[in-house]
Amino acid sequence: MIDLAPYVIALPLAGALLLLIFGKRIGEAAGIVASAAIGVPFLLALAMLVDLLGLHAEERSVIVTTFEWIEVGDFEAAARLLVDPLSIVMVLVVTGVGTLIHIYSIGYMHGEARYARFFSYMNLFAASMLLLVLADNLLLLYVGWEGVGLCSYLLIGFWFERPAAANAAKKAFIVNRVGDFSFLIGIFVLSASAGSLAVGQVNAEAGGMAAGVATAAALLLFGGATGKSAQIPLYVWLPDAMEGPTPVSALIHAATMVTAGVYMIARFSPVFEASGGPALLVVAWIGALTALWAGLLATAEYDIKRVLAYSTVSQLGYMFLALGVGAYSVAIFHLVTHAFFKALMFLGAGSVMHSLKGETDMRRMGGLRKAMPVTGWTFMMGWLAISGIIPFSGFFSKDAILASAWHEGQFLLWLIGAVTAALTAFYMSRLYFRVFEGKLVTPGNLHVHDAPPSMAAALLPLGALAVIGGAINLPGALTLEVFLEPAVGHSEVPGGIVPWILGAIALVAGVAGIAAARFLYALPSGQKPLETLHERFSPLVNATQHKFYVDELYGRAIVLPGKALASFCANFLDARIVDGAVNGVAWLVGQSSWALRRVQTGYIRNYALTFLFGVVVAFSLLAFRGVL
Amino acid sequence: MSVAPGYYLALAGLMFSVGVVGALTRRNAIVIFMFIELMLNAINLIFVTFSRMWGHVDGQILVFFVLVVAAAEVVVGLAIILVISRRRGTANVDDVSLLKW
Repeated sequence: MIDLAPYVIALPLAGALLLLIFGKRIGEAAGIVASAAIGVPFLLALAMLVDLLGLHAEERSVIVTTFEWIEVGDFEAAARLLVDPLSIVMVLVVTGVGTLIHIYSIGYMHGEARYARFFSYMNLFAASMLLLVLADNLLLLYVGWEGVGLCSYLLIGFWFERPAAANAAKKAFIVNRVGDFSFLIGIFVLSASAGSLAVGQVNAEAGGMAAGVATAAALLLFGGATGKSAQIPLYVWLPDAMEGPTPVSALIHAATMVTAGVYMIARFSPVFEASGGPALLVVAWIGALTALWAGLLATAEYDIKRVLAYSTVSQLGYMFLALGVGAYSVAIFHLVTHAFFKALMFLGAGSVMHSLKGETDMRRMGGLRKAMPVTGWTFMMGWLAISGIIPFSGFFSKDAILASAWHEGQFLLWLIGAVTAALTAFYMSRLYFRVFEGKLVTPGNLHVHDAPPSMAAALLPLGALAVIGGAINLPGALTLEVFLEPAVGHSEVPGGIVPWILGAIALVAGVAGIAAARFLYALPSGQKPLETLHERFSPLVNATQHKFYVDELYGRAIVLPGKALASFCANFLDARIVDGAVNGVAWLVGQSSWALRRVQTGYIRNYALTFLFGVVVAFSLLAFRGVL
Repeated sequence: MSVAPGYYLALAGLMFSVGVVGALTRRNAIVIFMFIELMLNAINLIFVTFSRMWGHVDGQILVFFVLVVAAAEVVVGLAIILVISRRRGTANVDDVSLLKW
């Protein structure tokens, strides 16, 4: 069954092409076609997982060769796929969560004008991501990497009639491009120093690399990851990406796109290890700071989707923190649980928007849990999971990350992580209490309806997974960490009493965050302390509400000089120097021909005289030199 | 008895110079044409002279070429002059100066 790996990519790709060409004729059945094109690969992946489990742990790395792709001189890049525990976990997440999101979209996008095209892009998105995670070759991985970027552009700008959506799509693409450039240079460095682009060979050669080269390569790869996975300093595109349809946000945040960076670093962990520390430390610190930074930003947002977006940035920060302290399997564990609860919450938010005619401002809603029970209850599962409440899935993965940081002796990183845990619980509770608890509030007293069947069909399984997802890594028979060990190495988990204490602290932090949010936003007297708080810290609140002016800073520091440079190039360099040279030469030729054409008098005797003169001169010269 | 080649060459040079001056100074196309013929014949005379002087036949052969080309030239040239004089009623070359800037 493992040999079927190419079909995991080919099916959604075929679905995308089919819908792109025949979409109009297929009509509303497009959703079912697209769901099948991603659902069947999920079943294939399950079968591949069973086969993989049948193999001995050391043999669980199978290369499936499809065709020779590029062969030029010494350089060769084959279209080979690598099926190992890491890639199969990613494939399962992408196809599994992806299928649910596709099914959800059938109901959510119903009646949309470009219905088939939407599903075509969604399938292409999934196919690109699957190519990315299955590729055994950096170049092939890069194809998937860019494909994901392209699809994010297409889908964020799906409603391109709206200027905000078009701009957000451009922003996402351009910011990602910055990271992609760094990633590409990293690939060149690895290719030059390892002599190959195959994953296995790069990782095998990594140990022999000079520390400087390995650090440079690792940091360049990480630069790419900051773009795709929305870390400081390139996180700014993700909140704006909320302009796309909500299922797209769910797909970007949970299954495809943003997890690419985490996967890539886990995949090339030997390169990061070979740098001997500095690169990993950078990853960990960027991750921790991003987690805290985005958590702070989330507290001031009123748009439910943007809160979720910042929360994704923050949770991705956790994953990078885990990667940075060498706990690669823990990072993947958090990636999986996060995919469950974040997809769930995005789809829940989509359900709310669907019911409230596209309203996203949480100040204009409230008490929705009773009005839309399926959405409300499943969202509550997601909320408790991300807040790190035992026994929901988020608790286990977040706790494992914090424990790993502590175990590595990075107490400051652990502290940032713990504070962020409280912050996470706080802003998610703020969202939950405002939207789902209390008195029923809807914009314009709309009649609220719960999610239609196709949407509920996605919400319920995800809700269940958000609750029990942590079970895949419970200490027991076959945990995720043990399964991933052949691919990403062993990650040390502290033993004894320490993890229990750390877990308890994380739990307390989560509960404290919820309690604070409840005090501020849910109690009947809630408005009073909130106002005093806002007054006392008004500059801070103000700055947070303006996203700490990061967009403005980038605008001033990067976009303005960039525009000035472009304007200089266009108006001076191009218009004056380049065009000037061309026009100048033309002017010179014109002027000299204007002077010279006076010679052409038209009088035949004039020509004859000139001719005679020329002959006389020529002959006298010859005579003078003694030729004649 | 034979005349020294120098005389032939002097005569040819005189004919050529007359032809050049005539072609440059006259305005009537036909007359210019005739002067050009004069120059050609001066050249022919030189060819024949040298041919005889060195005892080679090459110069004589070249004269035939010149004659043939001159005949062809006369045909074309006279035809052009004829058309111009018919259209404009004159064969004055200074009136025909259209091919200029």
